[in-house]
Amino acid sequence: MLELQNICWTASDGKEVLKNISLKIRDNRLIAITGPNGGGKTTLARLLMGIEKPTSGRIYMDGLDITDLDVTERARKGISFAFQQPVRFKGITVRQMIETAAGETMSQESLCAILQKVGLCAKDYLDRDIDATLSGGEIKRIEIASVLARHTQLTIFDEPEAGIDLWSFQNLIQAFEEMRSNLDGTLVIISHQERILQIADEIIMIADGTVADRGPGPEMVAKMLESERASSKCCSRKEFF
Amino acid sequence: MGNSMNNITKKLLEQVSDFTGSFKGAYNIRENGECAGRVSSKNIKIESKQDKPGLDITILPGTKGETVYIPACVTKGGIDDLVYNDFFVGENADIVIVAGCGVHTDDDSEARHNGIHRFFVGENARVRYEEKHIGTGDGQGNRTIDPITDVVLEKNAYLEMNTTQISGVDKTTRKTTVKAAEGAKLVIRERLFTEGDQRAETFFQVDLNGAGSGADIVSRSVAKGHSYQNYVSTIVGNAACTGHSECDAIIDDDAIVDASPRLFARNKDASLIHEAAIGKIAGEQILKFRTLGLTEEEAAQKIIDGFLA
Repeated sequence: MLELQNICWTASDGKEVLKNISLKIRDNRLIAITGPNGGGKTTLARLLMGIEKPTSGRIYMDGLDITDLDVTERARKGISFAFQQPVRFKGITVRQMIETAAGETMSQESLCAILQKVGLCAKDYLDRDIDATLSGGEIKRIEIASVLARHTQLTIFDEPEAGIDLWSFQNLIQAFEEMRSNLDGTLVIISHQERILQIADEIIMIADGTVADRGPGPEMVAKMLESERASSKCCSRKEFF
Repeated sequence: MGNSMNNITKKLLEQVSDFTGSFKGAYNIRENGECAGRVSSKNIKIESKQDKPGLDITILPGTKGETVYIPACVTKGGIDDLVYNDFFVGENADIVIVAGCGVHTDDDSEARHNGIHRFFVGENARVRYEEKHIGTGDGQGNRTIDPITDVVLEKNAYLEMNTTQISGVDKTTRKTTVKAAEGAKLVIRERLFTEGDQRAETFFQVDLNGAGSGADIVSRSVAKGHSYQNYVSTIVGNAACTGHSECDAIIDDDAIVDASPRLFARNKDASLIHEAAIGKIAGEQILKFRTLGLTEEEAAQKIIDGFLA
């Protein structure tokens, strides 16, 4: 169980980004966090990984206070993080990244299995550098593969759909659907995408630095669609906010 | 081979030339300015020069799949070794040349190797040239390696040069010149690491003289401590040719890196590109590896190891 108690976070310019957020997230669930841009979703995700430290409040994982643990320590405690904009490296291959993530040398079969989950063919990618020659969709999928290789208790995805082409998006949704059906640990996905929200056990809406709403996935999606129609912004959009 | 060869030489050879107690094929081992072993093959003839220290290495036309090893080691201070090696690669040959160099000193006097290598690569011949440099030993004396590499590529010849300075070399000046005729291609991959008070200077001068000639130079370096690196590359396009150079340096501590990539277009159909970047390791790169459970130091080391691989 993951628990946030009275989490506040203020940016260096004095802006209050998160305002007294308290949340409990049960194990083995797929949680989607959604809400308008600038509402504090990514900050919340970064606080969970330890990339940012809360201005006040505590974070507990299975009863253990992890608030003061740094990124490395939290990673070792079983938290993974897929970045919204994965960083590129000159000289680090896909194989090295995935093996580092797994913490061991892997067989060709295991590497293939991991890359297959994100729709990539291992033989085309394993020895390629994670550099500027990869497309946005490819690097995003490799980022996701790198966190899947860790099999951690808590995995956070920060807008996995951002910056990828439509074809990659279809594959990505499939990958998440598969993760959903073989859930092993808790997945927290920051997303605007209806297709991702639809497979969530629970949706938490963060707006203006607070929990604006939360509830079971289907119920929340229906509510959001209804609210979209009421405001008659658009009749068939796939992306909220 | 090499009963007279000392243990330091053996260790250096393992690090610079994949030596495993012996070499397969033609070789010449130079130890403190002397020959510590030589074997020619049917197709690769190694002979001492008559007028100055060094070798003439003649590779017969059409020689395929052979490797020739020409490593040189300096195993003590007070040695200033100068050698002239000329490689004559016959047309249509396809070979590998391994010319590692190790310098070792356990005292306060300098150990220096200055290898002047000339390559005459015949029509349609292909050469992969591996050059690894290392300095070892506890002495305060400078370990210096100053290679000069001059390459002439005949029509449609190809040379790939992988040049690496692993560690421990206090001073190096590396000068490479290449003249490429019609259709000839050059690929250079340089990897350099400096730390402490080490100094490394690299000069590439590539003249693309023939139509359809091309060069691709990629230099990656890491400078730590108080070390200094200077990189100057000049690609001259004298014909319809393609030239690409890329130099990237990771800088840390109080190190200094100067990079001067130069492109000289002397023909309207010359297409020349340069990319350059100097900077410390990006914070996001360290962060990514930390989210995989590595410490900051482990992350930095992994990034550097990959960058220089």
